[in-house]
Amino acid sequence: MPMTTQAQVLELLDSVADPEIPTLSINDLGIIRDVEVHGTGQDIHVVITITPTYSGCPATSVIEADIRDVIGRAGIQNVSVKNRLQPAWTTDWITDRGRQRLLEAGISPPACCASHPLPDDTDVVCPYCQSHNTQVLSRFGSAPCKALWRCSDCLEPFDYFKPH
Amino acid sequence: MSKNLKVDQARFQLLLRLGDNALILGHRLSEWSADAPALEEDIALTNVALDLIGHARLWLAAAGQAEGQGRSEDDLAYLRDVRDWRNLHLVELPNGDFARTMVRQFFFDSYHLLLLEGLACGRDTEIAGIAGKVVKEVRYHLRHSSNWVIRLGDGTEESHARMQQALDDCAPCVPELFEADQIYLDLESLSIVPEIHLLKSEWEHQVSGVLAEATLQMPEILSAHTGGRQGLHSEYLGYILAEMQFLQRAYPGASW
Repeated sequence: MPMTTQAQVLELLDSVADPEIPTLSINDLGIIRDVEVHGTGQDIHVVITITPTYSGCPATSVIEADIRDVIGRAGIQNVSVKNRLQPAWTTDWITDRGRQRLLEAGISPPACCASHPLPDDTDVVCPYCQSHNTQVLSRFGSAPCKALWRCSDCLEPFDYFKPH
Repeated sequence: MSKNLKVDQARFQLLLRLGDNALILGHRLSEWSADAPALEEDIALTNVALDLIGHARLWLAAAGQAEGQGRSEDDLAYLRDVRDWRNLHLVELPNGDFARTMVRQFFFDSYHLLLLEGLACGRDTEIAGIAGKVVKEVRYHLRHSSNWVIRLGDGTEESHARMQQALDDCAPCVPELFEADQIYLDLESLSIVPEIHLLKSEWEHQVSGVLAEATLQMPEILSAHTGGRQGLHSEYLGYILAEMQFLQRAYPGASW
């Protein structure tokens, strides 16, 4: 590409999926803090700053590799991926499109703002029948970001993306 | 010794202490994998283990940088022998039964949360940044372990007796949590770490509240196991390291 802009890089990043929840792009997840484009043509250098989610999440290193891969395939080999820890990532940064995509994939999005230290999760919606009559089965689930819930109306168990 | 050098070394020791506690407890919890009393608990304990191992990576990577000798997080995790470990005795205690694991976790989570909250407001921006991230995960850990302490303490005769026994087993490791050596006091005077007497009184207040709800008694502490921060450990740590470090010792530099 002759000219690369920040917007074009962001568009490329939209094709990088969260490896644990492939329905979400890393843009949806809200982990992209900054995109810098330096130079032009052959000398172009892209610096992407991300905020990792959970400390032990194995997806983090995969995401970094996937970012390099996607940008590399667009013809830009000089890519730096930086981590920024502060302020810490929060589920409040998941986009509206991200929340919608979670629901469509059968994962209930965070029911409340994460700034409250211990949210009560009282209004978790069932992604299958949209009932709010739901209960927790297990506070920990198949990934660090998820808990296991069940709908008391349609009785289906489902993943709940914990407010964090 | 110049003042800056002294601060650098104190920071290095603090980062090792934080990383070593997280890694050894993470390793201990991972021993429950496929062995917990219920599937949900298997998933919970290994999720907590995963968080702690993630914390250890952050702390030990920062420790390696603070030391300035080119050691990576992996070098620090896999190539140090027992006397160079700085973790607390509490975290190397064997899992025992589920009651022991939960009391150990509850004592540690309560301490860990208060320490991290203090570090997150401290003057060292790098340490505060990591603490501000991991504290969110630890808050969730404490909720889990507190719930179990209450549920099992105020449960059946059997679960109550096992929890009381677990308190007896873990109590000798409590005084070490609140020992402040010169390194800690130096960092305290720089407002990098929370004041130790506040940490202790807040811990006692919060723990006694949960134990009262659990109808459990904090035992009198007659002897204390200390010295972990100076590298004096129980024999348990050697066995943990033998298992954890085997691969890097047998096949130096192995990677995938």
